[in-house]
Amino acid sequence: MHTLFDCHKGCKTRVKKINAAYDLKQRLISFGVMKGSEISVLEHAPKKKTIEIKVGKMRLALRDEEAKYIEVEMI
Amino acid sequence: MTQEIKVCPITAKHIKVALVGQPNVGKSMLINSVSNAHLHVGNFSGVTVDKTEVLFDYKDYHFTVVDLPGTYAFTDFTIEEKVTHKYLCNEDYDLIINVVDSTNLEKNLQLTSELLTMNKKIVIALNMSDEAAKEGIEIDEKYMSELLGVPCVKVSAAAKTGIEELIDTVVQTYTKPKIEPKLVFSEAVEEEIEKIVEFLQKHHYEANNTYRNVAINLLQNKEKTYQRISKKALWTELQTVVVDAIHHIELHHNTDDLKEAFAEEYAAFNRGVVAEVVKQTKAESEAKTLTEKIDSILIHPLFGIPIFLFFMWGLFQLTFTLGNIPMDMIDGFFSWLGDVIGPTIPNDDIRSLVVDGIIGGVGAVVLFTPNIIILFIGIALLETTGYMSRVAFLLDGFFHKFGLHGQSFIPLVTGFGCSIPAYMSARILKNDRDRLLTLFIIGFMSCGARLPVYVLFAGAFFAPDMAGNILFAIYVSGAMLGLIAAKILKMTAFKGADEPFVMEMPKYRLPSFKLIWHTVLTQTIMYLKKAGTFIAGAAMLVWFLSNYPHNDLLDKEYAQKIEKATDVNQKTELENRLAQEQLEHSYLGRIGKLSEPLVEPLGFDWKMNVALQAGLAAKEVVVSTLGVLYSMGSDVDENSKSLADNIRANIPFASAVAFIVVIMVYLPCLAATTVFAKEAGGWKYAVYLFFFTSVVAYVLAFIAYRVTLLIS
Repeated sequence: MHTLFDCHKGCKTRVKKINAAYDLKQRLISFGVMKGSEISVLEHAPKKKTIEIKVGKMRLALRDEEAKYIEVEMI
Repeated sequence: MTQEIKVCPITAKHIKVALVGQPNVGKSMLINSVSNAHLHVGNFSGVTVDKTEVLFDYKDYHFTVVDLPGTYAFTDFTIEEKVTHKYLCNEDYDLIINVVDSTNLEKNLQLTSELLTMNKKIVIALNMSDEAAKEGIEIDEKYMSELLGVPCVKVSAAAKTGIEELIDTVVQTYTKPKIEPKLVFSEAVEEEIEKIVEFLQKHHYEANNTYRNVAINLLQNKEKTYQRISKKALWTELQTVVVDAIHHIELHHNTDDLKEAFAEEYAAFNRGVVAEVVKQTKAESEAKTLTEKIDSILIHPLFGIPIFLFFMWGLFQLTFTLGNIPMDMIDGFFSWLGDVIGPTIPNDDIRSLVVDGIIGGVGAVVLFTPNIIILFIGIALLETTGYMSRVAFLLDGFFHKFGLHGQSFIPLVTGFGCSIPAYMSARILKNDRDRLLTLFIIGFMSCGARLPVYVLFAGAFFAPDMAGNILFAIYVSGAMLGLIAAKILKMTAFKGADEPFVMEMPKYRLPSFKLIWHTVLTQTIMYLKKAGTFIAGAAMLVWFLSNYPHNDLLDKEYAQKIEKATDVNQKTELENRLAQEQLEHSYLGRIGKLSEPLVEPLGFDWKMNVALQAGLAAKEVVVSTLGVLYSMGSDVDENSKSLADNIRANIPFASAVAFIVVIMVYLPCLAATTVFAKEAGGWKYAVYLFFFTSVVAYVLAFIAYRVTLLIS
């Protein structure tokens, strides 16, 4: 399984599935992170503790834990 | 369909508008340009935590605009979202203005589509249209109005364009009957909606919403709709229809989560709308946007943190060096005021109350204002430019280890200067638990007022060349204790799963002078008003405790002795002894003596105990109280050679170490504690903080005392 956490800076992906619990899933959806949305990884903090992604035109910051819930495929 | 009838005879032309939008779309800025209102507009997610009402008149109408906190969707994830959702569902208002960011329409429409099912009149304000034009984004607002069935108006809050048109549209929409918005779902969902609508029509259900919206609400598990409809007889049959429909939709979307299914539906609809109405004239370049370019420097894995530390250092320097200039003036002014007013009051008690109690107390409050103003300006700058989110991004990794949030760093660092602005700056943490935890450990960062005590003791027990290192060690160990305390609190009192960290990184924007001015002004006035009353009251209480009961006999006795004394030195010594005995007999002194057995295990005598208790009021008082108690007169400061000598002679080293530990850990001061109570959300938290810090201080001081005894 490939998650957003495994992606490197600059890579482009498409969301396959969100494996998070209800609350977090709703949160992600409200930011536009849902099945089928295209996500690119812009930057990450040292040790990948936090990563910055781009969904549509919005930039989002996630912790490593949250990123591991997002199953993606490379495009 | 029954229509609610609103009767309002006097203000017949009153329009109440709910202003709704996602964070960072310039909602508050829009209200500002509409009404010239004084509002805080921020570029950091969720600056408007409370809903703000703004009143203004336009043509023949009275407008009430309720600025609701920014919300991404109705998920009730944050306080902001809860406030907004609750208001929109339960309160009475005529119309919604949905503010959207024209440069990012698709994402913003996600909230819009949820609003469209609310059975309210809506006007969409396409904000930041000037910015969109610059980026080559052209929106056909007429076509968009047609597609959605909702009037859309291009505006720019920053450039103040389209504002009048927006208000005119609001008035028109208000006067005209409601038009059903056109929200179209996929065929599969539409089919299921149709089935429920047919069922409702067949059974002549009396709804206060259209059948279509009732059906959509049922499918989306909207609590309120269920509450209404489940009381009706038709519910028993309808239930199976709805369950079937939900099952079909879930199957169609290949998910077990209806919210997700509908989010996908909305997203598909919005993509369709955007494809129809938005034209990108300039090809979206593959080159980085300005924000991305700035980000590549500011959140660089290597340089990001040093750059941030530099900014913090600057802010810190400004707060406590620039802030000190007016502070000296304010201090001078209040002592001058005391000197002028004092002699005009004949009664001794009243004079002391006015000069030492009231003027002294209020002076202490006003004294911190310059620091606070500078800090507020700094924070407002960080917030409105969008840099604050980057700070959280950079530091979260480290602070998360201790159960804190990346943004906890700012209040914690500020705590080294003064706990009061530190507690106030903890507002930047939007999550309740994160904020509380941070508030609880701010006190571990030794504030500037504790420095004199450290200097005095380090000077008394260590050689001058070692004292500096000792000082540094005290500060560092305080901070480390704080982080450990955070970890322990997180594992005990604040136990529970971590709040997820999903945060928008807004575009960088230039700060607006007017906005920062308004923010800082309101916050400063709030500080002076709310904290001022508390702090002045607390200062008077301490003044009372340390001055009463006053023993007049002692006064007379000493007056005679002082008269007899010939030597000037002898006179001052007698005066000091009088002050000491008076303090000993005051309530504060009595409490100190009474609780002496309690502090004996820490190696404190009653004098140190009284000094610590006085220190609860303010740490500045500790040194002067020690001065009085060790008969040096109250005019001593930390550099006083003889007080240091006296302390070395009278206080054992181990007791001194324990004393410093208590100073490091226990409550910063009364003023800070009142601010803490306000920021934490109640006095009960101040009681928790008191017990928490006292217990920690006691235990650590006991350990320090015993260990030092063993070593030396």
